[in-house]
Amino acid sequence: MAAVPFHSILFDEPGVALDRDQPAYFADLCLDQVAEAITAGRAEYDLTPFFYTRLRTAEAIAYRHEILSDLGDRALRDAIGCFARQMRTMREHLAQAAKLHYQRQRRSWFLDAVAVYGDAVTALASELTRADLRSRGLRACRDYLTGYVTSAGFRALYDETAGLKEQLAGIRYCLHIRDTRVRVTRYDEEADYGAAVAATFARFEQGAAADYRVRFGNLADMNHVEAGILDLVARLYPDIFAALDDYCARRRGYLDPTIAAFDREVQFYVAYLEFIAPLQAAGLAFCHPHVPGESKDVTGRAVFDVALAAKLVPAGRPVVTNDFRLAGPERVFVVSGPNQGGKTTFARAFGQLHHLASLGLPVPGRQARPLLFDRMFTHFERGENLQDLRGKLEDDLTRVHEILGQATGRSIVIMNEIFTSTTLQDAVFLGTRVLERIIELDLLCVCVTFVDELASLGASTVSMVGTVVPDNPAERTYRIIRKPADGLAYAIAIAEKYGLTYEALRERIAR
Amino acid sequence: MKAFLMYAGRDFDMAADLPDSITALTEDLGLDTLLHAMSGGDEFLLEVARRGVLTSLPDAGAITYRQQVLADCLENAPVVRDMYDVAVEAVLGSKRIYRGIFARSPDATLRWSIEALQLFTGLLRRLRQIADSRAAGFRSDGFRALFAALARELDEDYFQAVDDHLSQLRFRGGVLLSAELGQGAKGTRYVLRRGAPRQPGWLSRISGADRSGYTLRISDRDESGHQALAELRGRAVNLAANALAQSTDHILSFFTMLRYELGFYVGCLNLHDRLAGKGEPVCLPVPVPPGGAVALSFRGLYDVCLSLRLEDGRAVGNDASADGKALVIITGANQGGKSTFLRSVGLAQLMMQCGMFVAAESFAGTVATGLFTHYRREEDATLESGKLDEELSRMSQIADRVAPGGIVLFNESFAATNEREGAQIARQIIRALAESGVRVFLVTHLYELASGLHAQPPAAALFLRAQREPDGRRTFRVIEGEPEPTSYGPDLYQRIFGAVPDPARGG
Repeated sequence: MAAVPFHSILFDEPGVALDRDQPAYFADLCLDQVAEAITAGRAEYDLTPFFYTRLRTAEAIAYRHEILSDLGDRALRDAIGCFARQMRTMREHLAQAAKLHYQRQRRSWFLDAVAVYGDAVTALASELTRADLRSRGLRACRDYLTGYVTSAGFRALYDETAGLKEQLAGIRYCLHIRDTRVRVTRYDEEADYGAAVAATFARFEQGAAADYRVRFGNLADMNHVEAGILDLVARLYPDIFAALDDYCARRRGYLDPTIAAFDREVQFYVAYLEFIAPLQAAGLAFCHPHVPGESKDVTGRAVFDVALAAKLVPAGRPVVTNDFRLAGPERVFVVSGPNQGGKTTFARAFGQLHHLASLGLPVPGRQARPLLFDRMFTHFERGENLQDLRGKLEDDLTRVHEILGQATGRSIVIMNEIFTSTTLQDAVFLGTRVLERIIELDLLCVCVTFVDELASLGASTVSMVGTVVPDNPAERTYRIIRKPADGLAYAIAIAEKYGLTYEALRERIAR
Repeated sequence: MKAFLMYAGRDFDMAADLPDSITALTEDLGLDTLLHAMSGGDEFLLEVARRGVLTSLPDAGAITYRQQVLADCLENAPVVRDMYDVAVEAVLGSKRIYRGIFARSPDATLRWSIEALQLFTGLLRRLRQIADSRAAGFRSDGFRALFAALARELDEDYFQAVDDHLSQLRFRGGVLLSAELGQGAKGTRYVLRRGAPRQPGWLSRISGADRSGYTLRISDRDESGHQALAELRGRAVNLAANALAQSTDHILSFFTMLRYELGFYVGCLNLHDRLAGKGEPVCLPVPVPPGGAVALSFRGLYDVCLSLRLEDGRAVGNDASADGKALVIITGANQGGKSTFLRSVGLAQLMMQCGMFVAAESFAGTVATGLFTHYRREEDATLESGKLDEELSRMSQIADRVAPGGIVLFNESFAATNEREGAQIARQIIRALAESGVRVFLVTHLYELASGLHAQPPAAALFLRAQREPDGRRTFRVIEGEPEPTSYGPDLYQRIFGAVPDPARGG
């Protein structure tokens, strides 16, 4: 394929419209929490729309998979991280410049911003050249950057900036403060008196001492005395300051828009990879799924609820993963079993996996083959409005009716504990009718229910059951499998509990 | 310069965390009485005594070092108290100086440092005079090293040097500093410079430029301008003020340490005065280095805390020879002096291991790696944990800390359950401890346990019994004797109730 001019690190084709509205299923699947956690501390990049905007073609998803594969290179990720920090520093410098009152200060901050930018772009171009890039996106980006940093315009900007900074940094001056006057002169190798005092008193030293140095605030602002002194310093070094004035007038539009866009968009990947890194470190697998396709033979191994994992892992608590598989005529997972048994978690994980796969991102699981769906619908029990049971049942049915009206053969429906507000008999009846309709529409569905009968409606349904973890009753997470298992209780003798039996105590003292 | 009166070559650490086990130890041995006697009512001395007594020395050499210092103190009590007063004056005097400071600025730091250094100079001179006139009366390594250091380091040159610096740092001709341009063209790297600004012509150049510089003048009404100027000056003086203040701290820390260390010995002197006033004997114990067979023998050992609580009377002393015994079991009559005896052993061990004299005519014992107490708690079993649960949980905490060479004192432990179960648990624990090289002292009325240990001792054991005269009277003495199946509870009952107990329930 011929190299295309670089335009975006996120989209293989130009002109993709971003979804600014959150998908309706986000809150049910806790993807709102996930998106918030991923974008935390990155408000300046406005990344959220990228997490709303699903890719519609396998090609677009493959474009991102390629880039993510390249980003598996630690050195490359570090280089991009370094670039991002520098660009952030640049923006902070510009923001600082805009806030300040004294013009010489504003100009000095502007000069610093450009200097940081120059270093950032140069370093990134060199790192991209060094890296072994396979993705179309990053190769095009590399070519663009290489052309940019070798251009005469950029070279001139870079050299002028560096030269000016060096001259300013070389300025040294003396202040003689007496009563209400400050005399400003060029520095003339006067001896360091503070060091002399410190050396004299060093003979009394004994070990570490408290630090009595006063920490002076380092406000960016100057007060009028400092500004007055700076004006006098400028009079001592007039040429340098004249050059600075001229520079600022000429260099306003230094920032390249394509590079600025790259800086923003690449954060989509970086943010996600950073978010999943601690989960991976805790032993949870993420994988590039098979590029989603038309087949409804969906599978997932060691899949988990990423929102829940993000809470459990920092607390050092275990995360239980689940496997699922639909083959042949199978379309519907009917999940039943004890309360608090991880049923909802399973349903969420299924939905999350599909959404994340449609963003072209690694998904939570060891292996996954998702469906390239057109729409996803969720209907989750919310526990509110319990006083109006009849009204709630009506709402439930209305909502399900709406969903079934909009769904197509490529849609996913996730229902969680619906029809809980009615009698078992009603629930069996309504649930059966709804599932039959779903099967008829050939939808992919996860149905969490307390109604066991729904699990055996025919070849299309697969029964999944929540079970307790047998060997550790303290563990409150559960696994969803095909058959139930019993928990075990045990008690420990009191002396053993305290490790005070003869053998235990001998061992403790010997340690 | 260091005092090093508590350890050869090491400071007395007043900030170290004391182990959790000291709460139980303090309560079980009734230590507060001892510590109060040492403090003489002084809060500071109380804390020093507490730390001193509860921080046991791990080896016999360190104990001997302190015993020698203590012997000097007993012979030169007025001189030691005099030196202690100098240290107190330095610490409290410097606190008065610090207290006036609100704003933290290098100028303020300079000001109080100069004031504190002037105070210290006077007190160091006094200390030097004491060293010159009284050093001959001291023989211990600790005191001789301290006096030698005072003579060596506090010579006249030293005092002169301090005075010179204090006057130089007043900056009568203004402050000269250098700077560079930092980020955002702000001045940075302010460094105090030694320079001789040309005085002539200074006033005439106030408003204008000359070839080498320009002058900025802050108007008298410009308050923020004056503040800004003071800050610039502060940035330059910062390092010098810091150096001076740190020197102040170093000298203060010498006095502080001197106060702590002498404070411990002053506490010993206070206690010695109290006991001597009652005619109670004390002796410097013989600390036996660990390694060989365990040693423990004493004559006239009494519970120092009990004696301190008795207005005039003297506490009963006991003799015993438990050399080579890893296990000492004390049984016998209720209220017969078993607990007092156990306490006197614990107190003597603790006092020996911090270098103090002990409450006995003579005492020799192996230095222990740690001393722990496990006493039955009468009242603090909470609702959520049963009594046995609570006792075992405390035992488990001891197990976390005890090491071979340690000592555990048990007083009526494991009686929270029925006798058979209690004995079962206790036997396992005692056997494990004894076989691990931990010495065990056990006061118990559990006959099942005591007789079992007598029949099959897990280690060389000494069995003691609270003495009882043939007429049932207690002598509060503990003598050698094997466990007997009665605890003389009926005697006690009879004394208190004045009636013969129901024979059906007696025995």
